[in-house]
Amino acid sequence: MSPARPLLREPTDWSAAALRVRLARRHRSERLFRLAGLGALLLAGLFLAFLLFTIIRDGASGFRHSEVAVTVTFDPQSVRSGDYVGLMQRSARALPVAGDVVSEGAWVALREAVAADPALVGQTRTMWVPARSSIDLLAKGKFDLAQPALSRGVSDADVAAWRALAAAGRLRQGFNLDFLTGSASTSPELAGIWGAALGSLLTLAITIAIAFPVGVFAAIYLQEFAPRNRWTDLIEVSINNLAAVPSIIFGLLGLAVFLNFAGLPRSAPLVGGLTLALMTLPVIVIAARAAIGAVSPGVRDAALAVGASRLQTVFDHVLPQALPGILTGTIIGMARALGETAPLLLIGMRAFVADVPHGLAAPATVLPVQIFLWSDDAQRGFIEKTSAAIIVLLLVLVLLNSLAIVLRNHFERRA
Amino acid sequence: MNAINFPANQPPDRISASIVPKMTARNIDVFYGAKQAIRNVSIDFSREHVTAFIGPSGCGKSTILRCFNRMNDTIEGARVTGEIRLDGVDITSPALDVVQLRARVGMVFQKPNPFPKSIYENIAYGPRIHGLAASRADLDGVVESALRRAGLWDEVKDRLKDSGTTLSGGQQQRLCIARAIAVDPEVILMDEPCSALDPVATAKIEELIDDLRGRYAIVIVTHNMQQAARVSQRTAFFHNGAMVEYGETSMIFTNPVQARTKDYITGRYG
Ligand SMILES: Nc1ncnc2c1ncn2[C@@H]1O[C@H](COP(=O)(O)OP(=O)(O)OP(=O)(O)O)[C@@H](O)[C@H]1O
Ligand SMILES: [Mg+2]
Repeated sequence: MSPARPLLREPTDWSAAALRVRLARRHRSERLFRLAGLGALLLAGLFLAFLLFTIIRDGASGFRHSEVAVTVTFDPQSVRSGDYVGLMQRSARALPVAGDVVSEGAWVALREAVAADPALVGQTRTMWVPARSSIDLLAKGKFDLAQPALSRGVSDADVAAWRALAAAGRLRQGFNLDFLTGSASTSPELAGIWGAALGSLLTLAITIAIAFPVGVFAAIYLQEFAPRNRWTDLIEVSINNLAAVPSIIFGLLGLAVFLNFAGLPRSAPLVGGLTLALMTLPVIVIAARAAIGAVSPGVRDAALAVGASRLQTVFDHVLPQALPGILTGTIIGMARALGETAPLLLIGMRAFVADVPHGLAAPATVLPVQIFLWSDDAQRGFIEKTSAAIIVLLLVLVLLNSLAIVLRNHFERRA
Repeated sequence: MNAINFPANQPPDRISASIVPKMTARNIDVFYGAKQAIRNVSIDFSREHVTAFIGPSGCGKSTILRCFNRMNDTIEGARVTGEIRLDGVDITSPALDVVQLRARVGMVFQKPNPFPKSIYENIAYGPRIHGLAASRADLDGVVESALRRAGLWDEVKDRLKDSGTTLSGGQQQRLCIARAIAVDPEVILMDEPCSALDPVATAKIEELIDDLRGRYAIVIVTHNMQQAARVSQRTAFFHNGAMVEYGETSMIFTNPVQARTKDYITGRYG
């Protein structure tokens, strides 16, 4: 030991000026960081609030519609021949206003009324039927009537008809059940989202039925059984890249493989589901591999050491522990698939489908495509439908994400 | 290094010729990739004695222990050569069913690793997958007797449905021992089972090891010289992947043949 170097330094003077300055600087940067974080959070919250506010402002009225009171005489002649269209036209013409005020589809209400109560035949009743879109929008105050007729988007005749109806007490507003139970229509007042919602449901059912098992099994194989070599490395890189591929590419792939090569029907939930499954698969594989990889190696060793086979180890111990993570990843992938539009447009799901889908191979549309189509429509009445459909889509997404949280907590508690 | 001629590399029958060894290992080499972790180790052990493996950190105690139930198979890049026999049957052949081997050769790990399942399920899992219980009542009996032998029954009998991970560290380790003996193995390998435990829990486990002697062939890796002296009748000292000395525990601790053994147990290095 050389005695030249002292073993201990001088004791630190914690009250020295330089140290106090350092301390103050540290506190200041900490405060600044917190402020910046808070600012970022506020900004994000502001954007969200703005988005929700505009959508709800525009969309809330989409769940209500205006109805016109029409006096209808159910003459046996019309009922027997099923000429409800003519019956509706004749009854509407008797209204004390000029021009069309009831919806083109209003006759359906008459047919349903007779079907529900056959005793109506021969009687005269006041029926509340859906108003035409322009009357509906006027009643909801969607037009700026101070503007000249040409630029406000509604004719003087319609304004006069609306005023006359309102004055006669033949106009009311009600909950628009048609919006929730109907399908696409060329008339905004008749358009509904049920067809699109059902299409989304069928499409997602196909997606999850394929992507979940395939993705989870691929992840198990890659993580637990596959040897580490250049091939598995290549597969891993490919999967990671696939997860980042723009969704429209998957649409092109679906078009080429499922429609042109396999000859599956266009616009069908089957093809949509398959295409979205391709897109969701890498997301599920990555999430599942991460979840499986995060299971502590101690549990694997323990199972192997009591004589469990590798398969038993995976299915009895690793998978149950990884399940919350796998489910979270899957549901996030599903939520993304639910909101996906571009690849579905390419495989023909933008077709106008005026009915609910009648099976996996029948033409259908899905919620986001319906929103896209409505937002593209020139008719003024579709503006509120677009926002109302967005509200429905967001609600479904919130539901799906809540489900993810509930499932995760459930399985975490069990694990 | 390899200049030393180990007296221990003759099978230790010189210690007790009358005893039939449960497991015999001859000329074991273990490689991790290109790196050799075990060099030419030969050792026997029997039910009659608890065998302790001692040696400085990184000398290969865990590695050689994992050879006896083929847990090295699960490590990517690990390669074992040599001959290991259980009751005279070679267990190193790739054709051997490791599932059955591991049912006969149980293992307890350094870190308690109960399954994140109920206490009952922790014990019942092994017997169930090996079909050792005919009925539910049978299984209940197996679980109870394993917990009793591990000295845990009184502490957990009212909370068998609780998760195994809610137990204390010492209880978890005894649960792991109970899990190992529930499949009624012939050999139990313990890799530093007490390293995470306090003296009271350690004493309980040492008592337990003493109780289990005779029924199971027990091998225990430990860094604690007193523990090796207390629980074992045979001790093997490893250094740098080689077995330097193997013999009666009392001899190793009082009168070691090799200078390096002496240095190690007197705390001069390691
Ligand atoms: N999975 C592995 N891959 C590569 N090398 C390893 C691996 N496991 C152990 N080794 C190496 O093999 C040698 C022996 O390790 P081992 O774990 O058997 O030592 P040990 O005696 O159990 O040590 P400790 O007392 O610290 O547990 C060490 O040099 C270690 O670095
Ligand atoms: Mg070790």
